[in-house]
Parts: sequence; C-alpha cells; structure tokens
Amino acid sequence: MKLKSFLAASTMSVVALFSSSAAQSEELTLCWAAWDPANALVELSKDFEGKSGHTMEFEFVPWPNFADRMLNELNSGGKLCDLLIGDSQWIGGGAENGHYVKLNDFFDKEKISMDDFAPATVYAYSTWPKGTPNYYALPAMGDANGWFYRKDWFAREDIRSAFKEKTGRELGEPKTQKEMLEIAQFFQGREIDGKKVYGAAIFTERGSEGITMGVTSALYPWGFKYENTPGKYDMEGAVNSAAAVEALEFYKEFYKTATPPGYTNSYMGESLDAFKSGQVAMAMNWFAFFPGLYADPNTGGDKIDFFVNPPQNVAGSTLGGQGISVVSYSDKKDAALEYIKWFADPKIQAQWWKLGGYSAHNSVLQDPGFKASQPFAGDFLVAMEGVQDFWQEPAYAELLIAMQKRVHDYVVADKGTAKEALDALIKDWTEVFEDEGKL
Amino acid sequence: MLDPAQVTMTETTIDKAAHKTPVAMARRIRGLSDRAIAWWFVGPTIILLLAVNIFPLIWTIYLSFTNFKANRPNRDIKYVGLRNYERLLTDTDTWIAMQATAHFLFWTIFFQVLIGFTLAWLINKKFKGNDLWTTIIVLPMMLSPAVVGNFWKFLYQPQIGFFNYVVTWFTGAESSSFEMLGSVNLAPWSIVIVDTWMWTPFVMLICLAGLRSIPDYIYEAAVIDRASKWRQFWTITLPMVLPFLMLAILFRGIENFKMFDLVVQLTGGGPGSTTELASINLKREAFEKWRTGYSSAFAIILFVTVFGLASIYVKALNKVKER
Repeated sequence: MKLKSFLAASTMSVVALFSSSAAQSEELTLCWAAWDPANALVELSKDFEGKSGHTMEFEFVPWPNFADRMLNELNSGGKLCDLLIGDSQWIGGGAENGHYVKLNDFFDKEKISMDDFAPATVYAYSTWPKGTPNYYALPAMGDANGWFYRKDWFAREDIRSAFKEKTGRELGEPKTQKEMLEIAQFFQGREIDGKKVYGAAIFTERGSEGITMGVTSALYPWGFKYENTPGKYDMEGAVNSAAAVEALEFYKEFYKTATPPGYTNSYMGESLDAFKSGQVAMAMNWFAFFPGLYADPNTGGDKIDFFVNPPQNVAGSTLGGQGISVVSYSDKKDAALEYIKWFADPKIQAQWWKLGGYSAHNSVLQDPGFKASQPFAGDFLVAMEGVQDFWQEPAYAELLIAMQKRVHDYVVADKGTAKEALDALIKDWTEVFEDEGKL
Repeated sequence: MLDPAQVTMTETTIDKAAHKTPVAMARRIRGLSDRAIAWWFVGPTIILLLAVNIFPLIWTIYLSFTNFKANRPNRDIKYVGLRNYERLLTDTDTWIAMQATAHFLFWTIFFQVLIGFTLAWLINKKFKGNDLWTTIIVLPMMLSPAVVGNFWKFLYQPQIGFFNYVVTWFTGAESSSFEMLGSVNLAPWSIVIVDTWMWTPFVMLICLAGLRSIPDYIYEAAVIDRASKWRQFWTITLPMVLPFLMLAILFRGIENFKMFDLVVQLTGGGPGSTTELASINLKREAFEKWRTGYSSAFAIILFVTVFGLASIYVKALNKVKER
C-alpha cells in the first residue's frame, strides 16, 4: 500500500512538474512598429525571459504599414500577437470590438495603479470610453511630436548676424509657430559650407497618417478643438473655426516656403534623412527618435538640440505613443499578463528609459535626475503637459483617412481654400458619425 | 479482369489503362455513362470556379446593398437598398477618381500603341544585333511593379533625380524647379511615363507577332503592282496587324483600368488625390475605411464598366478579324 501511495505521489509530482514547466515556458509574440524603441524593447525583454522562463518573439512592422497590418490582424481575430503595442487611436476600436482584454481586474489583483503613470498617458493610451476608469492598455511609450535643429548652424556668427539683419532679433529656439516659420524661411535656399540647405522637414505623407500628424502640430497651438462640447460630435464652428483656418493656412505656407523641393509625401523616415544628410536646419519628428538622433555621429552630439512644438495661441503638441495591450484572441493570455506585470515594475520602467524607451511611469518622470538624464528629457515633460490626440473613436481609421485627403488636397495639391478643406472635413466626419449611429 | 499474362502485344493504351484500374474502382465506374464520367472530370473545376469566382461575386452583390463593415463583425447588418450606389454616383470624389483613371488609361494606351508599334516595325527589319535589342527593350516588363515604382521615384527626385537632370540638360531649367511627383499638373503625366516605359515592350511583342505573320508574297505582289511603301503600310501592314494591335489594347486597357501597385509606389495617389485611380480609391474604402458595403457597390460598378466595355470591344475585334 505504501509502495502504491509512493508511486502515485511520484507520478503526480512528475506530471505536476512537467505541466508546470510547460505552463512556464510559453513563446510570446509582441507586435509593434519597427523603429528605434522597438530595438530597445528587445534588449529590455531579455530580463523578462530570464525571470519568467518564457521566450519572446517580436513582430515589428514599418510605420507606413503598421496600422494596416495590425488592424487587419485584429479584425480577423488573428492569433499572431499575444501582446500588442498599438497606437493610441486604436483604443476605442480595440475596446468596443473586443480585440483587447480589459485589464481592470488584473490591475486590481496585481496592485498595479494607474495613478503611478502620467495622467495624460493614462487618458490617451489606456482608457475607453475616454477618461473613464476602464483600462485596456498599460502606458508603454510616451511620445509627442517635437522639433530638433542644427545647433552648430544656429551658433555660427555669420548666420546669426545675417538673421539679425533680416529679422531684427537673435537667432535661437523659436518661441512661437510664426517665429519658427521665420527661421525656416531664413534658412530656405541658403548656402552653408558650399551646400544649399533648406528650412525644415515637416510631415506631408498622404498614405497613412503623416500629414494629419503634421497639420495637427499647427492646429493644436492655434487652439483647435474637434468638438464644441466634448462627446457631442458638434464640429461646426470648432473644426472650421477662424483659428483653425489660420493654422491650416500657416501649415501650407510653411510647406510652400520653407521645405526642401520634392517634399510632397514625407513622414518620419524622410524627416530623419533630410536632417541627417544636412539638408535642413530644423525638422519635426517624434520624441521617440531623439535618442538615436542625439547619438548620430555626424549630426548628433553638440550639433543638435531639441525643442517642444512652439505655442501660438496656446501650448499644444500632437500626441504620439502607445499603450501595451493583451490581445483577446491569444491562447497565452496568462503569460502575456505576466509580461504586463513585469513591465509595470518601476525598476523595469527606469531601465526602459535608460535604453531609449519613453517611460510614462511617475517614478521615472518625477525622478530629480530625469531632466538632466538626456538633453531632450525636459522638453519631453513639457510636451507631454500639452498633448492632444486625434479622434480615438472605433471609426478612427475612417476619420483619419478623410483628414489625410482633405488636408493633403489643400496643402500639397493646392485644391480650394483652408476653409473649404475644413468644411469638407466636417461633412466627411459627420457622415462617419452618422454611419456609426452617433449623430 | 484479364490476367496480365494474357495481355497481348496488340492492346491499345486505353486497354492498358483499363487493365491497370483497380478492380474496386473499375466496378464503380463501369455503370457510369460517358456524360457522368465527363462531369466527374469537369466537376472539380466547376466547384473551384463557383467557390473562388461566382460565390464571391454574388456575395459582393449582396453586401453592396448593406451597411456591412468587415472590421465590425458584431454589428447588425442593415439592408440599405440602393443607398450605397446613390452615394457613390453622387460623390464628386468618385468622379474625380474615374477621371484620373480615364486620363491614365487613354494616354498610356495611346503612347504604348504608338511607340510599341514603331519599335516592332523597326525591330522587324533585319539588322545586326536585332536579338540583343529585342532583349534590351523587353527588360522593363520583366521587372516587378514595386521595383519599378521605387526606382522611378528616385529618378524623379527633384534634387538628385536622373530624370530631372536630363530635363535640365535639355532645357536649362533648374532641376529642383519642377517636381514630377509633387506637382498637381505633372504627377498624372509622371505615372503615364512610367507605365509606358514598363509596358510598351509588351505591345511591341504583340505587334511584332502580327508583323511576322504577314506573308512576304503579299509585299512582293504589292511591289510588282508598284505600290509605294506608304501605300503598302496603309493597305497591307496596318490592316493585317490591326487585330493584334486591338488585342494588345484590350489587354493593356483591362490591366490599366485596375492599375494599383505601380501608382501606389510612385505617388500613393497624391499629391492630394490627383493620381488616386479608381482601384486605389476602392482599396482605401474597403481596407482602410472598412466601408465594406459601400466599397462592394463601388467594385460592382467598376466590374460592370470593365465587363461592358470589354464585351463591346471584343465584338469589334471579332468583326475586324472577320474582314
């Protein structure tokens, strides 16, 4: 009998051992865009692999195809991704269409508090409906659209005196959008070290989200609002306000008078190329790229500096960044949640920032040494205080494509006036909200 | 069943196949008529056709009368009648896309036929290096449209592009003073140029086949009759090559009506919507905006247009062949 009990116990132990080791060694796939921070995340995740016994696979898709690829995957109930670092605008669709796992119970159980993360990032990356305590993602990567410039050119005496002679003021980081345009126009076509250079690289891309992200970087500082009353979808007078018209005209003037020739379909990659090849004095791009730009041997280091998207009527930056979600179609949800728990750890968040990711954790952002940790760290904090995001509705893709079309038609293709473009945009958006049953 | 040993040297292939058919199967098919056996052979193909062609078509027609969205499978599907068709046909953007398609279609076919026929006529002459030139000329059509789109993008680059450099060399205009892909006026022509460059060899090959099918004795008879070269061209060459030429136009017309890859690589439909052809517009509606019902209606309209035009054209082609 004793032998029988012993054998039974041994068998059960062996079974338990094997089943537990099987549960511990899942292969998780994390999906994200292919860019600098993704490489940092690969490095960071080695710690998770060591601690958990799970292995990490990564599916990184270039930005222009990222939304198409991932939204198709989600809409078809695909099991490719266990974890997805999806764009902030996808949160509404992710939640309403059941693509993302709701994380409230998990957060409660693991004592992960959203109060530990920067409020703007929680609002933008995690909640749906907006601002309610319903969480579908953990803030993973804070980001905003900012600017960088050739500090070495700005410091040159001949250029400074020429600028002062032309404008009557000192050349320096612009304090307003209009000052920025003036600086860009000053550099446009100027010869520096025997080479013709141009004012600035801005976003004009038509295919995905480029020009919308660029134009909103002008609209927000002019005080642009999507609705008169939040949640009412009453866009008339808000989207096409006099300030919005002025901002859109400003962006067009910027494009026409201060960007390199042929800059008609440009986004992140083109902006980086234009700057790194010494073509432009300034460029707009996401903060996520700033660590790489600072480390660039040719145009980084003491040749570069950074500034927040300048205000005009108000402070305003276009929000980038993403939250990390567990895909509801995954068969490995438990292991994926383990990853989220590990990622939320303040020590991992500190390491994340150190490797080049933008942590949204308060313990990192409020650390006394944070501002001095990188030349753009202080700007990042300022930018995140004034961020504004595009619609995060489930129908965000339709809303985005309509804006891409209307603003590209006006800014790049010279079609109609700014007022007509914004009026047409309201018409398009109204149609979308009517289809959605929200109007 | 016969014993293999009994099989004589005079048996036919059919007999051999019959002998090799397993007994069980032979029993099963022994009772089938020729018609039934024929159905067994064509059945799989018909089922495949129904599954991959006819069913999707019927399903698309059904969806075109609904508000279905493929990214919202849980939402109730509502029957909307002809609303999608009405919205499409009254939407100015649809007509802008159709105009862009018509412009692209007309000019690409015009240039491809003109240049393709001329090249075929030249290549048809006997000269040294004839084969080498033929190979060089057909190279562009062997490339992938994605590759062609990408490298023409570099060629059109205003600051460093070879195309702008060549134009500068001939005209003296500054290379960065014009943007082939960024200008509203030039972008529609830039896609016409690239498509012409890529597909003229195809038209040339078809025309060459036509030219080589004309028997020499007809020209010899024309020479005896003292017909001029000009007269020979209009009364012999062109009429006899015409069916081939019309076939080339049909192929290129259908292909360019649904042109997508090359133009997406080159301009992405821009600047603005200047080069947004019908197929690009359709893709945006279907797979970016996810308006499945609406885009199904658009697809049906495009299908009917292409099918209708092609049918009329094929009738005309048959008439030309009968002459």
